[in-house]
Amino acid sequence: MENIENSIREVAEKLLSEKKVDLIIGYEQGTLPLRTTPCFVDKVEDIKKLVWNASCDANLSKYVLGRKEKIGVIAKGCDARLIAVCAIEKQFPRENVVIIGVPCLGVIDRKKIEAKLGDKEVLEATVEDEQIKVKGEGFELVLPKKDFLCDSCLTCKHRNPPICDVFVGEKVPENTEADEFAEVSDLEAKSAEERWQHFKEELSKCIRCYACRNVCPLCYCKMCFVDQTMPAWFGKTNDLSDTIIYHVVRAFHVAGRCVDCGACSRACPMDLNLRELIKKTEKIMKERYGYEAGVSLEEVPPLGEFKMEDPEEFIK
Amino acid sequence: MNGGWFPMKWKVIEKSKLPILIEELTKEYEVFAPVKEKNVASFERVSPENQPSLDFRNTKKPLKEVFSPQTETVFTYRTDKKDVEIVEPPAVKGKMVLLDVRPCDARSFVLLDKFFSSGEHKDVYYLERRKNTTIVGLACNSPLSTCFCTSMGGSPFGKEGVDLLLQDINNKYLIETVTERGEELLKKFPWLKDAEKADTERAKKLSEEAENAVKSKVSVKDVVEKLDRMFNDPLWDQIYQKCLGCGVCTFLCPTCYCFDILDEEGKRVRIWDSCQFPCFTLEGSGHNPRPSGKERMRQRVMHKFNYVVKNYGEIFCVGCGRCVQECPVNLDIREIIRAISARQVE
Repeated sequence: MENIENSIREVAEKLLSEKKVDLIIGYEQGTLPLRTTPCFVDKVEDIKKLVWNASCDANLSKYVLGRKEKIGVIAKGCDARLIAVCAIEKQFPRENVVIIGVPCLGVIDRKKIEAKLGDKEVLEATVEDEQIKVKGEGFELVLPKKDFLCDSCLTCKHRNPPICDVFVGEKVPENTEADEFAEVSDLEAKSAEERWQHFKEELSKCIRCYACRNVCPLCYCKMCFVDQTMPAWFGKTNDLSDTIIYHVVRAFHVAGRCVDCGACSRACPMDLNLRELIKKTEKIMKERYGYEAGVSLEEVPPLGEFKMEDPEEFIK
Repeated sequence: MNGGWFPMKWKVIEKSKLPILIEELTKEYEVFAPVKEKNVASFERVSPENQPSLDFRNTKKPLKEVFSPQTETVFTYRTDKKDVEIVEPPAVKGKMVLLDVRPCDARSFVLLDKFFSSGEHKDVYYLERRKNTTIVGLACNSPLSTCFCTSMGGSPFGKEGVDLLLQDINNKYLIETVTERGEELLKKFPWLKDAEKADTERAKKLSEEAENAVKSKVSVKDVVEKLDRMFNDPLWDQIYQKCLGCGVCTFLCPTCYCFDILDEEGKRVRIWDSCQFPCFTLEGSGHNPRPSGKERMRQRVMHKFNYVVKNYGEIFCVGCGRCVQECPVNLDIREIIRAISARQVE
């Protein structure tokens, strides 16, 4: 990890001092244990702030949107894929972004640690290889890292960024075994009634804070459909029907574009599993169009083009 | 405080007897208390199926929604060719008890009261519910590392905003009467035992320990005044950069009260709104006076630490730390306050 951190700083320094980029977007130490926070470096002397560890969970591709300057951005596999998706969708010129790809074996899900500890608060934490050591008032625990990674990381198929300009560190073995759609299969196995119950219970806790939308690099619309008032297409209350329609429409909007970085679920203050519905759309795109988002800069997303051979068995 | 009124003696209740007290309470009151589901505690109406959880640090959501729900129908209406008929919602009749309210949250009601009862048009919806509510606080023996109530005028054993204050002294709760309303409630439980000197002494010691356990400090001493001169400060260009513009900090803030009014078919509804959303200030013409996250972030800080101080004499932050814990990108309000403090301004 430390080696990667040093390499990141070296690459960042080179890019900045050679004026290849105006700004580096990376991570710095956060204010809480197991947290990092996005960091914007435009001066060589600030490069030492940059860190790399298993808590670098923010999807920094979000911050590339809307910027005019040349940017170097630290990108895990999922982040790099989203930069690619946004570039294909012409949100910024590809040449404006230097993707500093970093291999990633998964980021820590602090909510899982919180759930494990109950009311005990982590005051200090260190991550060494496969272990997370947490300390607090009157306790000290060693947790196996593999049990506390984000769900999206557990089945990630792109630990090495498939698209990047600079690769930092050494490639890590890909996880070929995990079934990334296992959760979707569980959902599919349920009856419609059971699924309805499940989504009703889950989404009734939503507080419409839009953290899931705002953290998502794919949600770059200048005016989101839920925000429109003239006319107001959808209700803005936290009544179940309004809330469900927001989440369902958002799932449609990111279909064939989402790479399952898991940022929406991590951002949710109410601990909702926001991935599963979108994961279903990802599965559909894979099955019907053989498409995987963010692994190519040439292939146009299936919902962005029409092909004669597109499946259309729904037209009777 | 209240003329000739002196609080009654301190009482105690064994923890094992608390369910009996709660059951009795629910016969007469709508009781809201923290209920835990999975790992998330939230204030919910207590019923035989929904029992309060006592092992909680604080609830994810603040309690403001009890008085100012996220979605609230303020009236319904019917129109025909000639007339408009407006139907007000039924008056709030039931009495409520909020049980196990942390002192930071209780203090937030004191602040919210100032806003909702100020000016020419009082907020009857909020005030009606508030009027019918007794607040039973629960002191914090072990504050979290994100708690900074002592920097914001509160304390883990703070009594502002509570009618009764429960204090956890091992196997029992000491019950301190703070207001007449609290005493009224307590009178319904004549079986409660009087506290002994050892109990109050134990509570005093715990209170001191808890006060010292709040390690997170920020100084707001010069912040309020400094902000007067910082509207155009370059600091805002830096601190807003990582903000995602979501509503986590404002929706989870016990003192954020902004709302929007919607006209839906046949009803007028008000919903929570957030100054962090672009639509908050979007004008009919399409112009937005707060076009970017910079202006919106500045507004949040200015509002909490400057504007309301001028309007209501108080900073609208109780140091509960919810925004610190839940910000998706760890944008920490304490760091913002420190950055303002450290800033050299003319």
